[in-house]
Amino acid sequence: MVHRVRTDYGDSDPLFPSKAAAFWYAVLMAGLLAAPYLLESYYLSQLVFIMIYAIVGVALNILSGQAGQVSIGHAAFLAIGAYFTAVAQKYGVPLVLYLPLAGVFTGIAGYLVGLPALRLHGIYLAIATLAFAFIVEEIIARWESVTHGNEGLMLPPPSLFGWKLGSESFYYLCLLVTVLVILAAINIIRSSTGRSFMAIRDSETAARSMGIDTARYKTTAFALSAGITGIAGALYAHKMSFISPEMFSLAVSIDFVMIIIIGGMVSLRGAVFGAIFMIMADPLLIILKDRIPSLTEALTHALFLPDAATQAIQAGVLRVVNAPGLKSLIFGIIIIVFIIYEPMGLDGRWLRVKAYFKQFPLARQRSARPPRMFLKSERR
Amino acid sequence: MSVGVRESCGKALCETIERSITTHAMVATPELISCLTNSVDLSHIEKNQAQRAAGMEMLDFTQQLISGVALGCVYGLIALGFVLIYKATEVVNFAQGEIMMLGAFMSVTFIATLGLNYWLSFLLCVIAMAILGAVMERVVLRPILGYPQFSIVMATIGLGLVIRALVGIIWGTDDLRIETPFTDGVFTVGKLVIAWDALSIIVATVLLCGALYAFFRFTKVGIAMQATSQNMLAAYYMGIPVKRMFSLIWSLSAMVACAAGILLAPITLIHANLGFLGIKAFPAAVLGGFGSIPGAVAGGITIGIVESLSGFYLPEGFKDVAAYIVLLAVLLWKPQGLFGLNAVKKV
Amino acid sequence: MTFFDVKNLTVKFGGLTAVDDVSFGLNEGEVFTIIGPNGAGKTTLFNLISRLYTPSAGQIIFRGEDVTRLSAQQIAGRGIARTFQNIELFESASTLQNLLVGRHRHSTTRPWQDILRTKKVREEEVAHRRAAEEVMDVLRLQRYRDTTIGALPYGVRKVIEVARALCVGPTLLLLDEPSSGLNVEETNAMAEWILEINRRLRVTVLMVEHDMSLVSRVSDRVLALNYGKMMAIGTSAEVQGHPDVIAAYLGA
Repeated sequence: MVHRVRTDYGDSDPLFPSKAAAFWYAVLMAGLLAAPYLLESYYLSQLVFIMIYAIVGVALNILSGQAGQVSIGHAAFLAIGAYFTAVAQKYGVPLVLYLPLAGVFTGIAGYLVGLPALRLHGIYLAIATLAFAFIVEEIIARWESVTHGNEGLMLPPPSLFGWKLGSESFYYLCLLVTVLVILAAINIIRSSTGRSFMAIRDSETAARSMGIDTARYKTTAFALSAGITGIAGALYAHKMSFISPEMFSLAVSIDFVMIIIIGGMVSLRGAVFGAIFMIMADPLLIILKDRIPSLTEALTHALFLPDAATQAIQAGVLRVVNAPGLKSLIFGIIIIVFIIYEPMGLDGRWLRVKAYFKQFPLARQRSARPPRMFLKSERR
Repeated sequence: MSVGVRESCGKALCETIERSITTHAMVATPELISCLTNSVDLSHIEKNQAQRAAGMEMLDFTQQLISGVALGCVYGLIALGFVLIYKATEVVNFAQGEIMMLGAFMSVTFIATLGLNYWLSFLLCVIAMAILGAVMERVVLRPILGYPQFSIVMATIGLGLVIRALVGIIWGTDDLRIETPFTDGVFTVGKLVIAWDALSIIVATVLLCGALYAFFRFTKVGIAMQATSQNMLAAYYMGIPVKRMFSLIWSLSAMVACAAGILLAPITLIHANLGFLGIKAFPAAVLGGFGSIPGAVAGGITIGIVESLSGFYLPEGFKDVAAYIVLLAVLLWKPQGLFGLNAVKKV
Repeated sequence: MTFFDVKNLTVKFGGLTAVDDVSFGLNEGEVFTIIGPNGAGKTTLFNLISRLYTPSAGQIIFRGEDVTRLSAQQIAGRGIARTFQNIELFESASTLQNLLVGRHRHSTTRPWQDILRTKKVREEEVAHRRAAEEVMDVLRLQRYRDTTIGALPYGVRKVIEVARALCVGPTLLLLDEPSSGLNVEETNAMAEWILEINRRLRVTVLMVEHDMSLVSRVSDRVLALNYGKMMAIGTSAEVQGHPDVIAAYLGA
């Protein structure tokens, strides 16, 4: 076991755990700053999506990972942020104002959703957030005077102090917002507020007996998480430059939860890993889809199968590959596989790989295995 | 004179009288007099009209109520599946709707493709789903027994995605239809028209609930399941094969879901979005407190009635979210649902 | 003005009266123990005092203030801290984190200040850290500082719970069966610490305990409960010799 040497009381949770870590984060930052000059526009655009998803991942990490409150309705907060942005931009509010305001406005919505959460636990809360998301989606679809209903809204490109932001400058805006959001989340987690979230997650009874106003901190967690998602919604609206109700459906909420399930809920790094995975899964799937038919053809030829069999296999493969549900099939399998075999997510795998290299010749599989979990009844 | 005009005339009369009273100008103008004489027989006719309208309204209401109950029974059956699994394993199965959909699609294969008899197909589907339910439990849920509830919920969501995708790949995305003994034909009581399919759902729900009650009350397996759901560890120590009980519970709940799917088939077409009904059944299960079998059915019927009445009387758009609005309202008022237990954690 | 008073406290769960008309007072600086057979209502009484349960009747008065209707978190804010019979630590966090949560009532920063990590936040963090380290010094917990609770043995967790309660900075400490599940050695250490907390840190201790050797060693006064009713109150020897108490324990 490795013990950290501490030299003063102020360093219990430094921003960077070590000088080496600070160096690598600086390298990463430099790479991201240089990205517009190095990457094709398609990959730059994927990076923007990753950042937006990472912001949502951070929001969900605070709510579910830190405070232990479940939400399967976060697409609604994204929608509120996005529509707020569209309307604010229409009325000529400048970007520097409406971007933070989108966060504040959505945060208030999150606070209101958090109110019923005070009395709800576990599954009841999950279903309540689901219900909220459906209601928001319906309101957006029906409130045509503001939202144009199912026709959707077009957004002009964002402008900052009179300059229209092109795709590159928008990339830098997203990068700035992402970094600020992550810094804010780190600060929250290592403060008294973050510790209260953790206390509520692990034992509400003990939290109350330690003087924590659980109701206040639960609503705070909801408001914070919703506010951050609202900011992501503002960026999302500009990125898409068109928004309509079906872009904020239940499937999107489930995508968001997948971010933290796949990335790992323990740390913020997990949110970023999860976002990368979710965004890059799409192009990877497309590549696979293109390659698989020719691969199977090569395979059947290599095996000298009769023509009829080749054709049958080929047809079967094509049917599966071109099926409209292929993406959800693969995502469904990924969720299940991750939960069963990698419950700590990509972040957990990352930590284990790192530990393996640190202890290099001495690393043993068994010491890296996550502890077994036993049923802890929520029934009271 | 048409009714509309008469009505407006009556309204105008009332307004005139009102105005004359409020202004104290009690001067009988010729128009007023003629209007007053008219109003005698007018009110008579209006009364008749109102009575007839009330009768129609009553009939409409009853009709909506019955279709609401039928729809609610389907929700109730899906919710029953939730409750069975939740009671035994503390897992909320978000794939319940998809399991129901799978059952319905299977009936398409047996009835439409293979041309088997309806009742035989029903039986075969239920058996097939029972096996599939146990397989799902063994493959997806057993390895994560004891994980945080959130992870398990996500695993069932993943399971739902897989089922929906597989159904799309196997049966395609077109709307399908099966012939059932209840597809056409109605049953009339006075002026009330009840479709056979609606009635079949209500009757089947009652029968299924009775069967489940008897199963849990009188069979050894049923009692073992009850014991498992109350205290897993104690049940295990008493020699009850807890893991096998979990598989059985999943079988049972898949069977109930399958029955719901086949019963629903004549009312709605069979299509790949049928699984979303499962999400509609959540409010039902929550209203019922997520732990009680009669509660689930009562909750389902409540949601069904609310939905069908709000579809009829409220502006467009309310029908889809009425169930969720009711759900949120009930949760705010009673956080553990209508039939839930509200116990405090022991420390 | 007495330090802490419980007056005619009663709670009913349905038809069961778990605590029935219990009254007693604590003097500042003493160790007061509640004993009684299983199901006597000792823990229920604790839960009433720390306001996890709401009494059906009666009053709880702490330093002249009626705290009967305060919420659990307000009770902690008044300086009453507690431990739990079956350990309610924050299992996924480290020992240090657990102790810092105990410092919650001393933090005055708002969430937006935490987000910006203002100077005030940084100063408070250092103060919290110093306080937590001091408690760890007293209870010799330094070597578990960064270990996750889930990886620690039961006996250590029991001590950490006491440490966390101390971090609240209590004037009244409620210990619910501090020695349950501990071996003889650990029980002895626990007795020493209870005395040290009481004598050196000047904290009044109210505890529920079964181990009579521990009770007679640390308690100034003892209250015996049975079926929610008071049986006897007095010094440890007096209560142990009381005929009702003997009857209740021996079942005679």
